[in-house]
Amino acid sequence: MNVAKLETGCAETKVIPILRERGQREVFCGLTGIIWLHRKIQDAFFLVVGSRTCAHLIQSAAGVMIFAEPRFATAIIDERDLAGLSDANDELDRVVTRLLERRPDIKLLFLVGSCPSEVIKLDLSRAAQRLSTQFTPNVRVLNYSGSGIETTFTQGEDACLAALVPSLPKAPVDAAMSLLIVGCLADVVEDQWMRLFTEMGMTNVSFFPPRRSTELPTVGANTRYLLAQPFLADTARALEERGAVRLPAPFPLGVEGTTEWLRAAANAFGVSAEKFDAVTMPKRERAVRALQHQRPMLEGKRIFFFPDSQLEIPIARFLARECGMTLTEVGTPFLHKQHLAEEIAMLPDYVQLSEGQHVEKQLDRCRAIKPDIVVCGLGLANPLEAEGMTTKWAIELVFTPIQGYEQAADLAELFARPLNRRMRLVA
Amino acid sequence: MQLTLWTYEGPPHIGAMRIATAMRDVHYVLHAPQGDTYADLLFTMIERRDARPPVTYTTFQARDLGSDTAELFKSAAREAYERFQPKAMLVGASCTAELIQDDPGGLAKALNLPIPVVPLELPAYQRKENWGASETFYQLVRTLCTPHMLPPGVARPVRADGVRPSCNLLGATALGFRHRDDIKEITGLIHQLGIDVNVIAPYGASPDDIARLGEADFNVIMYPETAGQAATWLQRSFAQPFTKTIPIGVSATREFIAEVAKLANVDPAPALNDPRSRSSWYAKSVDSTYLTGKRVFVFGDATHAVAAARMASEEFGFKVVGIGTYSREFAREIREAAKIYGVEPLITDDYLDVEAKVAELQPELVLGTQMERHIAKRLGVPCAVISAPIHVQDFPARYAPQMGFEGANVIFDTWVHPLMMGLEEHLLGMFRNDFEFHDGAGSSHLGGKVKPQHQSDVSAQTAPISPPIVEVELKAVTAVVSPTSPLTITWAADAEKELGKIPFFVRGKARRNTERYANEQALATITVETLYDAKAHYSR
Repeated sequence: MNVAKLETGCAETKVIPILRERGQREVFCGLTGIIWLHRKIQDAFFLVVGSRTCAHLIQSAAGVMIFAEPRFATAIIDERDLAGLSDANDELDRVVTRLLERRPDIKLLFLVGSCPSEVIKLDLSRAAQRLSTQFTPNVRVLNYSGSGIETTFTQGEDACLAALVPSLPKAPVDAAMSLLIVGCLADVVEDQWMRLFTEMGMTNVSFFPPRRSTELPTVGANTRYLLAQPFLADTARALEERGAVRLPAPFPLGVEGTTEWLRAAANAFGVSAEKFDAVTMPKRERAVRALQHQRPMLEGKRIFFFPDSQLEIPIARFLARECGMTLTEVGTPFLHKQHLAEEIAMLPDYVQLSEGQHVEKQLDRCRAIKPDIVVCGLGLANPLEAEGMTTKWAIELVFTPIQGYEQAADLAELFARPLNRRMRLVA
Repeated sequence: MQLTLWTYEGPPHIGAMRIATAMRDVHYVLHAPQGDTYADLLFTMIERRDARPPVTYTTFQARDLGSDTAELFKSAAREAYERFQPKAMLVGASCTAELIQDDPGGLAKALNLPIPVVPLELPAYQRKENWGASETFYQLVRTLCTPHMLPPGVARPVRADGVRPSCNLLGATALGFRHRDDIKEITGLIHQLGIDVNVIAPYGASPDDIARLGEADFNVIMYPETAGQAATWLQRSFAQPFTKTIPIGVSATREFIAEVAKLANVDPAPALNDPRSRSSWYAKSVDSTYLTGKRVFVFGDATHAVAAARMASEEFGFKVVGIGTYSREFAREIREAAKIYGVEPLITDDYLDVEAKVAELQPELVLGTQMERHIAKRLGVPCAVISAPIHVQDFPARYAPQMGFEGANVIFDTWVHPLMMGLEEHLLGMFRNDFEFHDGAGSSHLGGKVKPQHQSDVSAQTAPISPPIVEVELKAVTAVVSPTSPLTITWAADAEKELGKIPFFVRGKARRNTERYANEQALATITVETLYDAKAHYSR
């Protein structure tokens, strides 16, 4: 067991032990992020260069979310590509050409690397450059890896956004200070925040990724950025290389998290405390009122998190501090100490954090703890329900708008509903 | 490389998982990168299984590739044995692990586990899910049954007088389309004939059960896709004959009963006339007249597609306008069936090809898989599911077999459901100008399709409570440029208006036929007269 010392914004030092394990990891790979990324960037297409397994994974994870025609597909590598009977690059060019003929509306194409493409060392960055030249100016072609050997679930979004950062236009040196909100969010959440920023007098605010690839925000030394998601380590690094400066804050989950997150921006942009309170207080009060409906179901209940999306720690903080829940083990696939410093400072001292996974041992611990509710992936949920536990599918937390004031009660409700349901069902 | 939007089959290791998950006391150790554990949710979510599949994944990551992935596999296999104490172990690699060539079979052998270990060679870049299931079942049967094989030259002992004949039911897997209920239905049939069921495999079987497969007199192949290879080996090694008829549909069920009775040397009569068999009478009843000649497109695995086409043609009075399969291994069966119906067989696993074919044929009903459900929804054609791949709603809580007489009953209900009900279809035609019988009204039994005719009618009570399961509205074809000819055809205003008087559920066909007729006659404008000329031309 390692002990991590965490420097927090409040200059207090907090020591929370972290259990680090290796073994079977019951998590998705980064390709899964395509499911929400392709809905967010509406003129982008995601072409996975991989195996039949990759194609099967995405359609299985997408489940019933099948749209008229999805803007993602897989170029399935076959034995001819592996045996060198066909040139993989020629094949890729052929597939991309067919694809772009079918979809002239596509402006941005991501070639997405997979485990097999990484192992056979198919150079997708060169392929992307070549294809970009070929299809310019109609289509830009970028690449990133969503492979399971390199990325866990939400890290796919991180890799995608990091690949997009070099395309951001450079802000002029004398540009006014601007705020960039980083991470995929539901449009409704972005719109709510835009109204709050406007009311506070902040107008130079943009979101990354944008809804259309032709509306990329500028970036430069006068850019301040706020992470809206906790899993964006590479994107943050890429933005900083472009001169942008991160505003440290907890994540905008729950009333408290949202307030502190907005406050980090307000402080950086010189919004007065009075103005900040005048704008946010009505929203905070309304959100607290809405939360009170969910609190009785959650108060005192013990919750266990299996690692999934890296959202575990901010959500655990919200459930403990605003909903009165008791944390047991909070597992996360990867813990970014710097980005999560504010979050960890707000966690109760008794929490057991774990990073990585040995799923069998973790299941043993979960059964021994007998929590009131377990947050886990789709592979574990029904088996645990059958053992008598109440579960919440973690994947819903990345598909549902949960950030910001208006969604704080919705987030609590996601945990209250399984408990509520368990109480109702008598048979 | 193949551009794939949706895939009908998973990779072959998913097939192996379907075998392992169906069985008891078997564990599968799969050398696979992080992320391949997604496969668990197929079983726990889609099939709603209450236990995790018995699979241990090594879930290696990039940092492991630099060190020792072989050691990772060995420790995973050792730990899996100690924790789960299986009676047999399957070992293999997924697509990525195949590339790093760690040889799971050899590594597992070196562990000297005290149980049979079956190494699986499932080439992920050539083969697919059903092949993987078949190969896994075959390897498992071969490994576990070989010790019980008859010595060369020794004939199978003749069954003693008074001993009931027995058979095995082979092929049912996890994640199969109605396999759970087909087993029950076929077991009942077999029992009615006075025959014992020795082993059902792989569904519910343990390695010990597999080892005694050779004790039965013959095998019933329920699903050739998974059981054909194993049954052929059992025939060779244990002199066990196997059935060839798939008992889907009333006629096929009767033929199956006759075939089984002959193999067991018993009288088929006790099973032939099941009082529960209602589908034949339902098809004859006058309400079903409207089903006559409905154009159906059939696509699925070969076994289900061939059976569905036969039922559609002989037991529903439909017209089969297209048949196809995603399974190249069984292309021959589909080609033969296509000859019967005089149509071109469609052998493809490309979803876009299937979609194009459905759009071209414009059937009135699609019988397909989960994929065709999406195609049909997009094109506004009713659809019923007849084959895997399937989704959560295809694992109903109730008893709903496809095989046997009850299976035929279930299929009758399932296929007729998305269509307009018989009398209702006539009423809609008769009262088509009535404000409550407008095009958007849909059928009374499906719900959720209410579209108010006028904006002033919009009110909360018309909002659908649940999303529509099946869309019945046939969308009018908007393209007036015929795909087969460059001729541009225009509809005269009065002809367009006349077309609007035709009931909406046949309007698409009327429009298509009229345009085809105009095309053939080289008419640039369609008038009211053209419309009725075409109607007369195509009347059946």
